[in-house]
Amino acid sequence: MSVRAEFIPYLIVMAVVTYLIRMIPLALIRKKIKNKFILSFLYYVPYAVLSAMVFPAMFFASGNIISAAVGVVVAIAVAFRSNSLVLVAGCSCLSVLLAELILRFL
Amino acid sequence: MIRNSFKKGVLSGIPIAIGYFSVSFAFGIMAVQCGLSPLEALLISATNLTSAGQLAGVPIIAGGGSLIELALTELIINSRYALMSVSLSQKLHSKVSFIQRLIISFGNTDEIFAVAMSSDKKIGQNYFYGLMLAPWIGWSSGTITGALAGAALPEIITSALGVAIYAMLVAVVVPKVRQDKHCAACVAVAVLLSCIFNFLPLLKGFAQNYGGFVIIICATVASVALALIHPIETEEQADEC
Repeated sequence: MSVRAEFIPYLIVMAVVTYLIRMIPLALIRKKIKNKFILSFLYYVPYAVLSAMVFPAMFFASGNIISAAVGVVVAIAVAFRSNSLVLVAGCSCLSVLLAELILRFL
Repeated sequence: MIRNSFKKGVLSGIPIAIGYFSVSFAFGIMAVQCGLSPLEALLISATNLTSAGQLAGVPIIAGGGSLIELALTELIINSRYALMSVSLSQKLHSKVSFIQRLIISFGNTDEIFAVAMSSDKKIGQNYFYGLMLAPWIGWSSGTITGALAGAALPEIITSALGVAIYAMLVAVVVPKVRQDKHCAACVAVAVLLSCIFNFLPLLKGFAQNYGGFVIIICATVASVALALIHPIETEEQADEC
């Protein structure tokens, strides 16, 4: 359990950059935005960002692409029926584990 | 109307905390595999509270990359939070003070944001403090547990945990896609663009080196397109977003 001296500047830069990105818009924008285009853009953007992050990256997130694809399908299928983050993540991981076990015996 | 109960915030945050514990467990394993100490991994999680930014930052730190490279990578990958913070600024009650906003900013993660925005009322600071508390504890404790226990786990388990972070993001997007067909169209455009960037030979090299940029380009194009094609109708809908 140790922290190297050369690690500290990295930690500070990473934390400060991440914080400022979140803080500046939230602290500075106090008025209600009226512009319909900006409101519409803001409505769509979180879901566009998250989906671009997941696809296609999730297909390469486990040991191999077939087991990861099983995880993708299961995550989407479970999320269709449940809002629980835990259930979706748990089922997806479990299905990847099962797929990898089956692939080893093939 | 304002939602401002600390206790209700904590209750809404517990499911996120459980998800975060398992995902940051995977992060802890990865950080130690890259050569960081368990305490260093814990410090990163406790001060950053961001999945994708940490996943991208650790290899740079472990490889002795420059501080500028680290800062730029975090800026690009986390720039989506700026957009989410703008949305959240519209959801906070007007009585939430500047100092309170400084604290709230720290906890604006993808999942906490999604839960806060799903409220039918304006959000007060106490509700948000409660909402961010359990996920922060879950994220930090999961990281240190994974960092300490990860080496003892078989490779097949750590490999399966690799999808956890993405599955959690799927769980945020899918319910919205079911509810709103225009949001579904926006997601389809973003995914299509992202796949083009990652699989088209000409663009592949760019995507591998500047993954953060690619996410921003895809998301911005998709959101601008849908905002032009189908602007949201009313202010109520803006409050729900």
